[in-house]
Amino acid sequence: MKPFLWNIALAFVWVTVTSTFTLENLAFGGVMGFVLLLGIRRALGETTYFEKPWVALKFVLFMLKEILVCNLRVALEVLTPRHNMKPAIIAVPLDVTSDAAITLLANMLTLTPGTCSLDVSDDRKTLYVHAMYVDNADELRASIKREYEARVLELLR
Amino acid sequence: MSPHEIIALVLAGVGCVFTLLGAIGVFRMPDVFMRMSTSAKASTLGVTSLVLASAVFHAELSLTVRALFVVCFVFMTVPVASHLIGRAAYVSGAKLWPRTGEDALKGKYDRNTRVLRGDSVRMPKSGS
Repeated sequence: MKPFLWNIALAFVWVTVTSTFTLENLAFGGVMGFVLLLGIRRALGETTYFEKPWVALKFVLFMLKEILVCNLRVALEVLTPRHNMKPAIIAVPLDVTSDAAITLLANMLTLTPGTCSLDVSDDRKTLYVHAMYVDNADELRASIKREYEARVLELLR
Repeated sequence: MSPHEIIALVLAGVGCVFTLLGAIGVFRMPDVFMRMSTSAKASTLGVTSLVLASAVFHAELSLTVRALFVVCFVFMTVPVASHLIGRAAYVSGAKLWPRTGEDALKGKYDRNTRVLRGDSVRMPKSGS
Protein backbone atom coordinates (compact mmCIF):
# COMPACT_ATOMS: atom_id res chain seq x y z
CA MET A 1 0.00 0.00 0.00
CA LYS A 2 2.87 2.34 0.77
CA PRO A 3 4.16 2.68 -2.83
CA PHE A 4 0.62 3.55 -3.88
CA LEU A 5 0.46 6.45 -1.42
CA TRP A 6 3.86 7.62 -2.59
CA ASN A 7 2.63 7.47 -6.17
CA ILE A 8 -0.41 9.64 -5.38
CA ALA A 9 1.76 12.08 -3.44
CA LEU A 10 4.15 12.33 -6.39
CA ALA A 11 1.26 12.96 -8.77
CA PHE A 12 0.14 15.90 -6.64
CA VAL A 13 3.69 17.19 -6.39
CA TRP A 14 3.86 17.08 -10.19
CA VAL A 15 0.59 19.02 -10.49
CA THR A 16 1.75 21.70 -8.04
CA VAL A 17 5.19 22.06 -9.57
CA THR A 18 3.85 22.38 -13.11
CA SER A 19 0.93 24.49 -11.73
CA THR A 20 -1.50 23.08 -14.28
CA PHE A 21 -4.49 21.85 -12.34
CA THR A 22 -6.15 19.56 -14.80
CA LEU A 23 -7.12 15.91 -14.70
CA GLU A 24 -4.84 15.05 -17.61
CA ASN A 25 -1.87 16.55 -15.83
CA LEU A 26 -2.70 14.66 -12.62
CA ALA A 27 -2.85 11.40 -14.57
CA PHE A 28 0.41 12.25 -16.31
CA GLY A 29 1.97 13.01 -12.93
CA GLY A 30 0.78 9.63 -11.72
CA VAL A 31 2.51 7.91 -14.63
CA MET A 32 5.68 9.91 -14.01
CA GLY A 33 5.54 9.00 -10.33
CA PHE A 34 5.17 5.34 -11.23
CA VAL A 35 8.23 5.48 -13.48
CA LEU A 36 10.19 7.29 -10.77
CA LEU A 37 9.23 4.71 -8.13
CA LEU A 38 10.17 1.96 -10.56
CA GLY A 39 13.61 3.54 -10.78
CA ILE A 40 14.11 3.41 -7.02
CA ARG A 41 12.28 0.17 -6.40
CA ARG A 42 15.20 -1.32 -4.47
CA ALA A 43 14.70 1.37 -1.82
CA LEU A 44 11.06 0.40 -1.34
CA GLY A 45 11.81 -3.13 -0.18
CA GLU A 46 9.72 -6.17 -1.02
CA THR A 47 6.59 -5.10 -2.91
CA THR A 48 4.28 -6.44 -5.60
CA TYR A 49 3.17 -2.92 -6.53
CA PHE A 50 4.92 -2.80 -9.90
CA GLU A 51 3.34 -6.01 -11.15
CA LYS A 52 -0.11 -4.77 -10.11
CA PRO A 53 -0.98 -2.73 -13.24
CA TRP A 54 -0.45 -5.73 -15.51
CA VAL A 55 -2.27 -8.08 -13.18
CA ALA A 56 -5.15 -5.61 -12.90
CA LEU A 57 -5.28 -5.13 -16.68
CA LYS A 58 -5.32 -8.90 -17.25
CA PHE A 59 -8.03 -9.18 -14.61
CA VAL A 60 -10.25 -6.53 -16.23
CA LEU A 61 -9.82 -8.06 -19.70
CA PHE A 62 -10.64 -11.52 -18.35
CA MET A 63 -13.78 -10.18 -16.65
CA LEU A 64 -14.91 -8.39 -19.82
CA LYS A 65 -14.43 -11.53 -21.89
CA GLU A 66 -16.22 -13.64 -19.31
CA ILE A 67 -19.15 -11.21 -19.02
CA LEU A 68 -19.57 -11.05 -22.80
CA VAL A 69 -19.36 -14.82 -23.38
CA CYS A 70 -21.70 -15.67 -20.54
CA ASN A 71 -24.18 -12.96 -21.54
CA LEU A 72 -24.36 -14.42 -25.03
CA ARG A 73 -24.96 -17.88 -23.60
CA VAL A 74 -27.78 -16.67 -21.38
CA ALA A 75 -29.19 -14.57 -24.22
CA LEU A 76 -29.37 -17.72 -26.34
CA GLU A 77 -31.13 -19.47 -23.46
CA VAL A 78 -33.67 -16.66 -23.18
CA LEU A 79 -34.40 -16.71 -26.89
CA THR A 80 -34.70 -20.45 -27.50
CA PRO A 81 -38.13 -21.82 -26.67
CA ARG A 82 -36.95 -24.77 -24.59
CA HIS A 83 -35.29 -24.57 -21.20
CA ASN A 84 -31.97 -26.35 -21.37
CA MET A 85 -30.72 -25.19 -18.00
CA LYS A 86 -29.56 -27.56 -15.28
CA PRO A 87 -29.56 -25.27 -12.27
CA ALA A 88 -28.23 -26.16 -8.85
CA ILE A 89 -27.03 -24.50 -5.68
CA ILE A 90 -23.53 -25.63 -4.95
CA ALA A 91 -21.16 -25.04 -2.06
CA VAL A 92 -17.72 -23.76 -3.00
CA PRO A 93 -15.02 -24.12 -0.33
CA LEU A 94 -13.05 -20.88 -0.05
CA ASP A 95 -9.28 -20.50 0.11
CA VAL A 96 -9.42 -16.71 0.20
CA THR A 97 -9.83 -15.38 3.70
CA SER A 98 -9.99 -11.58 3.68
CA ASP A 99 -13.30 -9.74 3.44
CA ALA A 100 -12.14 -7.85 0.35
CA ALA A 101 -11.21 -11.04 -1.48
CA ILE A 102 -14.47 -12.80 -0.64
CA THR A 103 -16.47 -9.75 -1.70
CA LEU A 104 -14.57 -9.50 -4.97
CA LEU A 105 -14.99 -13.20 -5.69
CA ALA A 106 -18.72 -13.15 -4.91
CA ASN A 107 -19.20 -10.06 -7.07
CA MET A 108 -17.27 -11.59 -9.95
CA LEU A 109 -19.43 -14.70 -9.82
CA THR A 110 -22.61 -12.66 -9.69
CA LEU A 111 -21.52 -10.49 -12.62
CA THR A 112 -20.91 -13.44 -14.89
CA PRO A 113 -24.34 -14.58 -15.92
CA GLY A 114 -25.31 -18.10 -15.10
CA THR A 115 -23.84 -17.92 -11.63
CA CYS A 116 -25.12 -15.91 -8.71
CA SER A 117 -23.59 -16.00 -5.26
CA LEU A 118 -26.21 -16.36 -2.57
CA ASP A 119 -24.47 -16.42 0.79
CA VAL A 120 -21.27 -17.02 2.69
CA SER A 121 -21.21 -19.21 5.78
CA ASP A 122 -20.46 -17.37 9.00
CA ASP A 123 -17.05 -18.99 9.37
CA ARG A 124 -16.20 -17.62 5.89
CA LYS A 125 -15.14 -21.03 4.61
CA THR A 126 -17.94 -21.76 2.14
CA LEU A 127 -19.56 -19.73 -0.59
CA TYR A 128 -22.98 -20.83 -1.80
CA VAL A 129 -23.53 -20.23 -5.50
CA HIS A 130 -26.60 -20.66 -7.66
CA ALA A 131 -25.50 -21.75 -11.11
CA MET A 132 -27.63 -22.20 -14.21
CA TYR A 133 -25.55 -24.80 -16.00
CA VAL A 134 -24.36 -27.57 -13.74
CA ASP A 135 -23.45 -30.65 -15.72
CA ASN A 136 -20.90 -31.70 -13.17
CA ALA A 137 -20.81 -29.95 -9.80
CA ASP A 138 -17.23 -30.96 -9.04
CA GLU A 139 -16.02 -29.66 -12.36
CA LEU A 140 -17.80 -26.33 -11.83
CA ARG A 141 -16.38 -26.00 -8.34
CA ALA A 142 -12.90 -26.70 -9.68
CA SER A 143 -13.28 -24.21 -12.50
CA ILE A 144 -14.53 -21.50 -10.13
CA LYS A 145 -11.49 -22.06 -7.95
CA ARG A 146 -9.11 -22.20 -10.88
CA GLU A 147 -10.43 -19.38 -13.03
CA TYR A 148 -11.80 -16.93 -10.51
CA GLU A 149 -10.34 -17.53 -7.09
CA ALA A 150 -6.79 -17.86 -8.39
CA ARG A 151 -7.13 -14.51 -10.13
CA VAL A 152 -8.53 -12.83 -7.03
CA LEU A 153 -5.62 -14.18 -5.01
CA GLU A 154 -3.18 -12.94 -7.61
CA LEU A 155 -4.76 -9.48 -7.66
CA LEU A 156 -5.00 -8.97 -3.90
CA ARG A 157 -1.70 -10.55 -2.97
CA MET B 1 -21.12 9.34 -40.35
CA SER B 2 -17.86 9.77 -38.58
CA PRO B 3 -16.20 6.69 -37.05
CA HIS B 4 -16.97 7.57 -33.44
CA GLU B 5 -20.63 8.02 -34.29
CA ILE B 6 -20.68 4.52 -35.76
CA ILE B 7 -19.01 3.09 -32.65
CA ALA B 8 -21.53 4.91 -30.45
CA LEU B 9 -24.37 3.56 -32.57
CA VAL B 10 -23.10 -0.02 -32.30
CA LEU B 11 -22.64 0.30 -28.52
CA ALA B 12 -26.11 1.78 -28.09
CA GLY B 13 -27.59 -1.01 -30.21
CA VAL B 14 -25.83 -3.70 -28.17
CA GLY B 15 -26.99 -2.01 -24.97
CA CYS B 16 -30.62 -1.90 -26.11
CA VAL B 17 -30.56 -5.53 -27.23
CA PHE B 18 -29.16 -6.81 -23.94
CA THR B 19 -31.52 -4.69 -21.85
CA LEU B 20 -34.43 -6.09 -23.86
CA LEU B 21 -33.10 -9.64 -23.44
CA GLY B 22 -32.88 -9.06 -19.70
CA ALA B 23 -36.52 -7.99 -19.65
CA ILE B 24 -37.60 -11.02 -21.69
CA GLY B 25 -35.55 -13.20 -19.36
CA VAL B 26 -37.58 -12.02 -16.38
CA PHE B 27 -40.70 -13.39 -18.08
CA ARG B 28 -39.23 -16.57 -19.44
CA MET B 29 -37.14 -17.97 -16.62
CA PRO B 30 -38.89 -20.42 -14.33
CA ASP B 31 -37.69 -19.40 -10.87
CA VAL B 32 -36.56 -16.32 -9.01
CA PHE B 33 -32.85 -17.22 -8.99
CA MET B 34 -32.67 -17.64 -12.73
CA ARG B 35 -34.72 -14.49 -13.27
CA MET B 36 -32.11 -12.65 -11.29
CA SER B 37 -29.32 -14.38 -13.15
CA THR B 38 -30.62 -13.24 -16.51
CA SER B 39 -31.99 -9.80 -15.70
CA ALA B 40 -29.31 -8.40 -13.41
CA LYS B 41 -26.39 -9.28 -15.62
CA ALA B 42 -27.96 -8.52 -18.96
CA SER B 43 -28.90 -5.11 -17.64
CA THR B 44 -25.37 -4.57 -16.31
CA LEU B 45 -23.99 -5.13 -19.76
CA GLY B 46 -26.84 -3.10 -21.28
CA VAL B 47 -26.34 -0.06 -19.04
CA THR B 48 -22.58 -0.24 -19.52
CA SER B 49 -22.84 -0.21 -23.30
CA LEU B 50 -25.40 2.60 -23.30
CA VAL B 51 -23.33 4.80 -21.01
CA LEU B 52 -20.17 4.08 -23.00
CA ALA B 53 -22.10 4.91 -26.18
CA SER B 54 -22.93 8.36 -24.84
CA ALA B 55 -19.30 8.84 -23.76
CA VAL B 56 -18.01 7.91 -27.21
CA PHE B 57 -20.64 10.03 -28.94
CA HIS B 58 -19.84 13.23 -27.03
CA ALA B 59 -16.09 12.54 -26.77
CA GLU B 60 -15.48 15.01 -23.94
CA LEU B 61 -13.09 14.24 -21.13
CA SER B 62 -15.33 15.32 -18.26
CA LEU B 63 -18.25 13.34 -19.67
CA THR B 64 -16.11 10.27 -20.30
CA VAL B 65 -14.77 10.30 -16.75
CA ARG B 66 -18.31 10.54 -15.39
CA ALA B 67 -19.42 7.72 -17.69
CA LEU B 68 -16.60 5.51 -16.42
CA PHE B 69 -17.63 6.28 -12.85
CA VAL B 70 -21.22 5.33 -13.66
CA VAL B 71 -19.94 2.02 -15.06
CA CYS B 72 -17.85 1.44 -11.93
CA PHE B 73 -20.80 2.11 -9.64
CA VAL B 74 -23.08 -0.16 -11.66
CA PHE B 75 -20.47 -2.93 -11.45
CA MET B 76 -20.15 -2.44 -7.71
CA THR B 77 -23.82 -2.17 -6.81
CA VAL B 78 -25.66 -4.59 -9.11
CA PRO B 79 -23.94 -7.75 -7.80
CA VAL B 80 -24.53 -6.70 -4.19
CA ALA B 81 -28.19 -6.03 -4.88
CA SER B 82 -28.76 -9.31 -6.68
CA HIS B 83 -26.80 -11.18 -4.03
CA LEU B 84 -29.08 -9.74 -1.34
CA ILE B 85 -32.27 -10.38 -3.30
CA GLY B 86 -31.14 -13.96 -3.92
CA ARG B 87 -30.39 -14.53 -0.27
CA ALA B 88 -33.68 -12.96 0.80
CA ALA B 89 -35.55 -15.09 -1.72
CA TYR B 90 -33.90 -18.27 -0.45
CA VAL B 91 -34.38 -17.43 3.21
CA SER B 92 -38.03 -16.52 2.74
CA GLY B 93 -38.58 -19.87 1.04
CA ALA B 94 -38.90 -19.08 -2.64
CA LYS B 95 -39.47 -22.27 -4.61
CA LEU B 96 -36.64 -23.59 -6.72
CA TRP B 97 -37.42 -24.79 -10.22
CA PRO B 98 -38.41 -28.49 -9.92
CA ARG B 99 -35.65 -29.55 -12.30
CA THR B 100 -33.02 -27.94 -10.08
CA GLY B 101 -30.28 -30.42 -9.20
CA GLU B 102 -28.36 -30.30 -5.98
CA ASP B 103 -29.38 -27.77 -3.32
CA ALA B 104 -26.37 -27.34 -1.09
CA LEU B 105 -28.08 -24.71 1.05
CA LYS B 106 -30.93 -26.98 2.08
CA GLY B 107 -31.26 -27.10 5.85
CA LYS B 108 -28.17 -24.98 6.39
CA TYR B 109 -29.93 -21.91 7.71
CA ASP B 110 -30.80 -21.68 11.37
CA ARG B 111 -34.57 -21.53 11.27
CA ASN B 112 -34.94 -18.79 13.88
CA THR B 113 -31.91 -16.60 13.53
CA ARG B 114 -31.34 -16.99 9.75
CA VAL B 115 -27.66 -17.50 10.48
CA LEU B 116 -25.78 -19.62 7.95
CA ARG B 117 -23.49 -21.75 10.05
CA GLY B 118 -20.24 -23.01 8.57
CA ASP B 119 -19.45 -26.70 8.88
CA SER B 120 -16.31 -26.23 10.90
CA VAL B 121 -17.90 -24.36 13.80
CA ARG B 122 -21.18 -26.21 13.94
CA MET B 123 -22.67 -25.52 17.35
CA PRO B 124 -23.95 -28.42 19.41
CA LYS B 125 -27.71 -28.45 19.09
CA SER B 126 -29.41 -27.37 22.26
CA GLY B 127 -32.95 -28.44 23.01
CA SER B 128 -34.59 -30.17 20.09
